[in-house]
Amino acid sequence: MSGTLLQLDVEGPAAPPRSNGELVFAEPWESRAFGLAMALHDGGLFEWEDFRQELIKAVARAEAAGGEFSYYRCWLEALQTLLASSGLVDPAAVESLAAELACRPAGHDHQH
Amino acid sequence: MSPVPAPSDLPVELRTEALESILVEKGLVDPAVLDKFIKTYAEDVGPLNGAKVVARAWTDPEYKARLLEDGTAAIAEMGFKGPQGECIVVLENTPTRHHLVVCTLCSCYPWPVLGLPPSWYKDPAYRARAVREPRALLAEFGLELGPEVEIKVFDSSSEVRYMVLPERPAGSEHLSEEELVPLVTREAMTGVAKAKPPA
Repeated sequence: MSGTLLQLDVEGPAAPPRSNGELVFAEPWESRAFGLAMALHDGGLFEWEDFRQELIKAVARAEAAGGEFSYYRCWLEALQTLLASSGLVDPAAVESLAAELACRPAGHDHQH
Repeated sequence: MSPVPAPSDLPVELRTEALESILVEKGLVDPAVLDKFIKTYAEDVGPLNGAKVVARAWTDPEYKARLLEDGTAAIAEMGFKGPQGECIVVLENTPTRHHLVVCTLCSCYPWPVLGLPPSWYKDPAYRARAVREPRALLAEFGLELGPEVEIKVFDSSSEVRYMVLPERPAGSEHLSEEELVPLVTREAMTGVAKAKPPA
C-alpha cells in the first residue's frame, strides 16, 4: 500500500498545489524572513552562496532532529547564523527583543 | 526574576519580527526594499512566467531550439531574469523520457520562471524520494509512467536551476500560444505532472 510510503500531505498544508495561483507563503512571518535575506543580499551584506551553505546545514539539522519540517524556520536560522558569524546581529539581542515583544498585551495590534 | 526563555520557546514570528526590527534600526535593511522583494515574489513572479516560456516553445520551433540550447538566454529574451535564474537549463520531456527536478540539499528552484518553491518541493520526503524511488513518487502524484518511459532525475546544484519542458498535450493542436499557457502548471514544469489536457 503506497499510503504507508506517502509522507506528502494530500489535503493538508504541505499538499501539492493544484493551480498556478497558490500562495507561496503559508504565514506572514515566512514572507518577512524571505524578504530579509533578499534585502540583505541586495544590499551586499553577504554572498548568496554563503547563505545557501548555511541553509543546507540548517535543513540537515532540522531533518536530523525530526518532527514537523518547516523550510522557512531553517531559512531564518540560516540567516541568523550568518548574521551572527559576520558580527552584524547578535542572536542574543534578537532573543531578548523577541521576549519583550512576547510580553505585549494581547490585542496590541488591533484597534478595538 | 522570571527565567529567560530558551530560543526555541519564543514563537518564530516574534523572532522574525525582532530580527527585522534590529536590522532596520541598524540601517542594514531598508523597509521599502524589504516590502518590494516580498511583494514581487508573493504577487508578480510565479509559474505563469514559465508557462509563457513553455507555450512559446510549443508554438515556435526556433524559440524551442534556442531554449534547449541556452535556457538562461532564451528565458531572458522574454524578460524573465533575476536571482536564482543565473543559469537555467531546460529539460525536454518526450514520449520515452521524463525529467523530474529536485534539490536534495536546500530546495534550489528557478525563481524567475517558477516563482518560489511550493511546500511539497521543500518537503524532506519529496527531496529524498525523488532520487531514491522517482517512479513510485510520481505515481503518488498521480502520474503513472509506463515501463517504456525512462525517468531522469535532475538534482539542482549551486549553479544550475532546472526547468522541465513538458510535452504538448494531445488535442491542443488548434490552440494558440496564449490559449496554451493555462495548460502549463508548475507541476508540469518540475516534472511531477504532465501538462493539462485542453478543456
